[in-house]
Amino acid sequence: MSSKEKTWKEISIAGVPSKSSIGFLTGDWKTYMPVRDLEKCTLCLTCVMLCPEGAIAFLPEKNKIKIDLGFCKGCGICANECPTKAITMKMPEEEEE
Amino acid sequence: MTTQEWKFTAKDIATKPDLFMSGHRACAGCAPVTVLRLIMKATRGPTIVTQATGCMEIVGSIYPYTSWAVPWLHTAFENAAANASGIEAAIKIMRKKGKIKDEHIDVIALAGDGGTVDIGLQALSGAMERGHDFLFVLYDNEGYMNTGIQRSSSTPIGASTTTSPAGTVIPGKLEKKKPITEIMLAHEIEYVATATPYYWKDLITKVRKGLEVEGPAFLHVFAPCPRGWRSDPAKSMEYSKLSVETCVFPIWEAVNGKRQLSTPSKVISLAPQKKKPVKAYLEGQGRFRHLFTPQNSHILSEIQRTTDERWEKLLQKCASGAT
Amino acid sequence: MAMNGDEAVAYAVKQCDVDVVAAYPITPQTIIVEKFSEYVANGEVQTQYVCTESEHSAMTACLAAGATGARTFTASASAGLALMHEMLYVTSGSRVPVVMAIANRALSAPLNIHGDHSDSMAERDSGWIQLYAENAQEAYDSIIQAFKIGEDINVSLPVIVGIDGFTLSHTLERVDTLPDEVLRQFVGQRQYPLVVTHEGKTVPFKLDPANPMTMGPNALQNYYFEFKRQQEEGMKNAYKKIQDVNCEYAKLSGRSYGNGLIDPYKLDDAEIAIVVLGSTAGTLKVIVDQLRQEGIKAGVLRIRAFRPFPVDDIKNALKNVKVVAVMDKSMSPGGLGAAVFNEVRNALYDQSTRPIVVNYIFGLGGRDSSPRDLRKVFEDIIKIARTGQVEKTVNYLGLRE
Repeated sequence: MSSKEKTWKEISIAGVPSKSSIGFLTGDWKTYMPVRDLEKCTLCLTCVMLCPEGAIAFLPEKNKIKIDLGFCKGCGICANECPTKAITMKMPEEEEE
Repeated sequence: MTTQEWKFTAKDIATKPDLFMSGHRACAGCAPVTVLRLIMKATRGPTIVTQATGCMEIVGSIYPYTSWAVPWLHTAFENAAANASGIEAAIKIMRKKGKIKDEHIDVIALAGDGGTVDIGLQALSGAMERGHDFLFVLYDNEGYMNTGIQRSSSTPIGASTTTSPAGTVIPGKLEKKKPITEIMLAHEIEYVATATPYYWKDLITKVRKGLEVEGPAFLHVFAPCPRGWRSDPAKSMEYSKLSVETCVFPIWEAVNGKRQLSTPSKVISLAPQKKKPVKAYLEGQGRFRHLFTPQNSHILSEIQRTTDERWEKLLQKCASGAT
Repeated sequence: MAMNGDEAVAYAVKQCDVDVVAAYPITPQTIIVEKFSEYVANGEVQTQYVCTESEHSAMTACLAAGATGARTFTASASAGLALMHEMLYVTSGSRVPVVMAIANRALSAPLNIHGDHSDSMAERDSGWIQLYAENAQEAYDSIIQAFKIGEDINVSLPVIVGIDGFTLSHTLERVDTLPDEVLRQFVGQRQYPLVVTHEGKTVPFKLDPANPMTMGPNALQNYYFEFKRQQEEGMKNAYKKIQDVNCEYAKLSGRSYGNGLIDPYKLDDAEIAIVVLGSTAGTLKVIVDQLRQEGIKAGVLRIRAFRPFPVDDIKNALKNVKVVAVMDKSMSPGGLGAAVFNEVRNALYDQSTRPIVVNYIFGLGGRDSSPRDLRKVFEDIIKIARTGQVEKTVNYLGLRE
């Protein structure tokens, strides 16, 4: 929560939310992060479909997958379901090594 | 329903923007939010979503944030179907009177097992009888997960929940899972189907089919909850798959009461050796851990027996055409 | 026309271009839904009529339809209203101006289908505007006014119009109606307050795929309070709006009800007065006339708007009165008197000189109070005025003790 909270006069009635949740990053929830082996990826797009966060995108113009770590909670579903095991879950420190 | 099947590729779906947006507060590994994402991929035009109180309602609507890119209404726990009835009635009459644009708007009602099979059953039955044009999707994680994993009538036999805990005297829930789709079929609505997110293509197809029905349609989606099931968050989709492979949750659809197995379950009916024992599905889920002790092994057998029984019954109905 | 209160309500709804009616039958409101069903079946209204499977779903459907932009109406009573309880709060909190007729009836147990105010008194904290009618004419007029009051964008609150069960709902009275076109113009098209959505757009408050918004979110400890305060502001604006609409409607119909909030009768020089809601006021006014002929300066204050509670108007109306008896058709077991008594006494408390206020609980479960019984209340308070002594603050009129 960054901005100051508003008074009853400043907000819309009936609780209509004024912000889209794409402004609320959940990436700091993760312990493990997905690491990709690009050579193994066959672009089956299973990870894109099954990611609960919608954090995995397919970029058609670049013909590649992109994982948005800003939303990824590190659940590991993508790694578990990838048919070619192109994704592994690692601790961020591990990856830096 | 249209006779032409909607053809789509993974790329078509992947490049369609998420109408249930990222930044929601669901647990890591939550399958129900995947279900929501996939449902919204199947929309075909202007859509209004209404939801019952529950995990999926909360995670996407914590003021001042919202994860919903479509008009969305939540009122209370037991009335998603009544909400949909009101919205649909309003659209109908306002179009007729020229108060709004004369275009079709799809109405989707979403609720968990609590808000559908227990407290939501009355409103659901009423809406189905009145024949409103909407799709009701039940995301079934087999318990009141949002309030702390209490049992619902959709919780399966033997499961340990916080209100049916596996104690020294009583080993978890003793009652069978309420067969909600049978109840829906008894309402004689045009489309009733089951799905699970691992088979995402099947799920999306069925949502679209449900939307195309001019009248009420019901979709029962099985969605694992790692928190409530005490299972590995990474395996939520694996359990979704296992539920079908063990026939714990067969997937099928019924058009005007005539049932047909969907491919993943059909494969098993044609090659019964592929059917996995329920143990493969149950082990690894903390809520069933107590069943793997000698004094509770009879419950394991009971689970296998009732699973087989329901599977056989389903096969018979598919073959005979009886509802 | 000769109509009973229920029929008058149904006729008013027919004329107000209501989009959706979602209702469930319960005595003594059944005539409203039955009459309306006839209008629908004969193509006399352009309304989507939803026969829901319970009152809870009826209120839900009205709320949802209203959230989608429709003008909605429903009716209930007693147990049905109680069943909707949860949804009444949701409707007012969602700022959707549903209009609901309540054929006031006793709450169980024991089961009783007859008239008293316990059903709507139990909803006084629900955030709904509450108007009470004295006769079938006022029932008709108040329903029409209710749409205009609730839909005002600075009010945006749902409205209950209470009519006494059986006494008003089922009794034939003369009701003068206005022509369809006149009323259609009076209520006009529904207007919507503006809200800022998550897309950053400022748009009309309704479910519209062209301008998506989320309604009914989860507001945590850091915001819930502010939304409740907004509702209070709606009530404050309703206080004025009820009076304005009463005036406007008087120009059309020639009928007005006091200033819209209270209907005072011979209070200017009254020494003693009874405060009451609903049809009992009619009988009391006749008794006041009799007492006046006997030289007793009596008056009646009928409160028309119970919510928002017209504090200043009540203070002003009773300023010269020495003893006030507040008559309540409901009870609050364990409390000091019943709802209206508490609110009136509270309103008068801050004054340096204030009248003696006593409570008469009466009519529970539809028990009739004869003119003789009602006259006894006046006689009791005359005695208090003369002696300054109050025997009992809370009394039960017509109870066999």
